[in-house]
Amino acid sequence: MNHNTPVSPPPNATWSQTARGPEMAPSTAIAGDRPPARAVKMETRDLDLHYGSKQALKSISARLEANSISALIGPSGCGKSTYLRCLNRMNDLIENVRIAGEVTLEGENIYARGVDVVELRQRVGMVFQKPNPFPMSIFDNIAYGPRLHGIKNKSQLQEIVERSLHDAALWDEMKDDLKKNALAISGGQQQRLCIARALATKPDVLLMDEPCSALDPISTLKIEELMRGLKEQYTIVIVTHNMQQAARVSDTTGFFLLGELVEMDASSKIFTDPTDKRTEDYITGRFG
Amino acid sequence: MIIRRSFEEQLQELQNDMLRLGRFVEEALGKSLDALARQDLQLAKQVVDADDFADDMTFGIQARVMQLLALQQPMARDLRVIGASLRIVVDLERIGDHAVAIAKIVRSLAGQSSLKPMVDIPKLGELSRRMVSNSLQAFIDHNTNQAIQVARDDDEVDDLCDLLQNELMDKMREDPTLVEPATRLLLVARSLERVADHATNIVEHIYYVETGDMRPLAREEHGYSARMDQALDHHEVESQNNVPIETR
Repeated sequence: MNHNTPVSPPPNATWSQTARGPEMAPSTAIAGDRPPARAVKMETRDLDLHYGSKQALKSISARLEANSISALIGPSGCGKSTYLRCLNRMNDLIENVRIAGEVTLEGENIYARGVDVVELRQRVGMVFQKPNPFPMSIFDNIAYGPRLHGIKNKSQLQEIVERSLHDAALWDEMKDDLKKNALAISGGQQQRLCIARALATKPDVLLMDEPCSALDPISTLKIEELMRGLKEQYTIVIVTHNMQQAARVSDTTGFFLLGELVEMDASSKIFTDPTDKRTEDYITGRFG
Repeated sequence: MIIRRSFEEQLQELQNDMLRLGRFVEEALGKSLDALARQDLQLAKQVVDADDFADDMTFGIQARVMQLLALQQPMARDLRVIGASLRIVVDLERIGDHAVAIAKIVRSLAGQSSLKPMVDIPKLGELSRRMVSNSLQAFIDHNTNQAIQVARDDDEVDDLCDLLQNELMDKMREDPTLVEPATRLLLVARSLERVADHATNIVEHIYYVETGDMRPLAREEHGYSARMDQALDHHEVESQNNVPIETR
């Protein structure tokens, strides 16, 4: 409900216009309200990405605010997952990928020469569509990252495991089963374990690529609730095909289409009164 | 290509039924005012008897709105249409109730001496009825200009209502035998003023549907200034995504 906090728009995303009616007294509209401005955690400027000769991302400029959940929506093949993977350089692993433009994390270009990609991925963690726990104990799954980063001390590892499970709302369920094989727990628990594993390295940003698409509705709601808690400490970016999920969980929503970021705005605005007709057509199911 | 054909049809049907209810209560209001002017008890009875239809329509529409929300999870304009319907239908139903209230007063006034303000009551009635009619037209045409105009007309109704009330009270002071009929006419005036308020509520919802902007048009239009005329001149009718609504 804060109209007084100035929010500077991202360069090419269409931010909410004020009232489309005549300029009258200040609007009491709730639809277009922006949440208070938060610091920018990550930013992309004129980001282009080509797979061979095919351009998958076209000059994407957007800001991802700290301690908020940004949802990326759009039809299959629109570039939203590709964009997500640019944020921790996962696309580096794919052949024939060319990237131009800039991606910054707290103002530093993550594609600059000399950036340690392992360290970057520690700061920008990722959770995938299908839960992918390692075939080892719950404890070892979470301790895997910290061990990779050189932490050997057992009590320190125990502390990390406990904190991560707490943060992933899994401690109470798992505290007596830390030696249990991670493949033996339910899908929903496995996904929260993967979130805990991503949190173990204390990332700044958590990228989630359709984290609930393989889960049942209750597990999905648990993950969403978890996300709301996590944003106090982390910046979350989620790709989802489920618009209701984006509406429920995110502060900001970006709509991708054919490699373009059509519109990015407060989710309360996007889902009640989007500015761009293409967004309207997509979210009302009149697309195509 | 329309992907959600069945949803589109349900949404269209919802809007058609809203309009049907709107036309019904507008007609009921017109009949009750005619009955009052002509002291036509038969016509007044018709209005009272027919009110169940408006109530049933209202419940039916509300139930369907809840179903659409639960089953279709509407977004954007669809969400605004459905949300606004839930409010508009209540305002329409209340307009119907006021028509019935007036019709009942016609019965209680039967045989009593007529008052001079009867001349002004029809004028107030016509203003209020026209606001209802224009609000329905704004709904059909997706016309925000007309919506603003309806909210603006409310001032005139309020002024006339004040005038009429003062006049009726003067009559009562002058001639105590007029207390009963004058009190009943006060109630008619009050009902008509409320009808105008409901019409104003309706256009506020229409304005929201068309613009995504929820604002108190009534308050803003109260004592509007030249600034508003200027703004209105620049205001384009929102025609994006207009869905034709069956007119009857």
